Amino acid sequence: MGSPTPVADEAALIAQLRAGDESAYEQIVRTYGGRLLAVTRRIVGSDEDARDIVQDAFLNAFKSLDRFEGNSKLSTWLHRIAVNGALMKLRTRKRKPEQSIETLLPTFLDDGHYEERFKSWDEPVDKAMERAEIRTLVRSKIDELPEGYRTVLVLRDIEGLDTEETAKMLGLSVNATKIRLHRARQALRTMLAPHLGAALPGTAAS
Amino acid sequence: MKCRELAEFLMDYVSGELPEENRSHFELHLTRCRNCREYLVQYEGCVKAGRMACGEMSDELPADVPEDLVKAVLAARKL
Repeated sequence: MGSPTPVADEAALIAQLRAGDESAYEQIVRTYGGRLLAVTRRIVGSDEDARDIVQDAFLNAFKSLDRFEGNSKLSTWLHRIAVNGALMKLRTRKRKPEQSIETLLPTFLDDGHYEERFKSWDEPVDKAMERAEIRTLVRSKIDELPEGYRTVLVLRDIEGLDTEETAKMLGLSVNATKIRLHRARQALRTMLAPHLGAALPGTAAS
Repeated sequence: MKCRELAEFLMDYVSGELPEENRSHFELHLTRCRNCREYLVQYEGCVKAGRMACGEMSDELPADVPEDLVKAVLAARKL
């Protein structure tokens, strides 16, 4: 597992950073760099861009250390800066037409029932997630979500931001953010289901 | 309440934000509809799966941050 070494004494580390201690700067990049690379790559979909964004995020953070008030954790603060950088990158890219998510949403019969009958997954999700290939699969399916939905899912379900904060960062209304998150989750379910227990053909009955 | 409406209320139900009146209709429907129960389990499962695959403890993270990134950040800081 590549989980970062937790920083035992964050306040002490920040004091070292403010004092210009070179080893503290190095420690912070080594501790948080991996997570920041992963989240920015998930948003922008490119290793190269992610690396540039993370580099800029660290430099911006170092420059504005005086403004870090300690209300949030250092890691949370760094994540906000990097995520903002990643979202900025998306905005400056040539606008691609928004990909449709419709084909990945559930469909209903005229009487309001689902068209599909959902087969139980072969094992509980906790159990399935113990397997590395399933974890890789889940990541690749999240990466396949259309950009406007993927970003909401990453911010809400993975980064753990609340709806209001996510809406603000993305320049969306709270309602639009909620709708996008719901659809992103539904689409992810559609993509994962065949791998975790296929849907049965035929119509559902209550 | 039909399955179609249930699907719309799913997110609020999962986050505990569904108003009481809707929640009782929602839960009543669930007791009678196996398909909606299964969809709910899978919907919640996907939220969990995303978190487990990409979150704090994910095995996606490189054991070491690329050395060139560390060097580049430290060098750029001194400019």
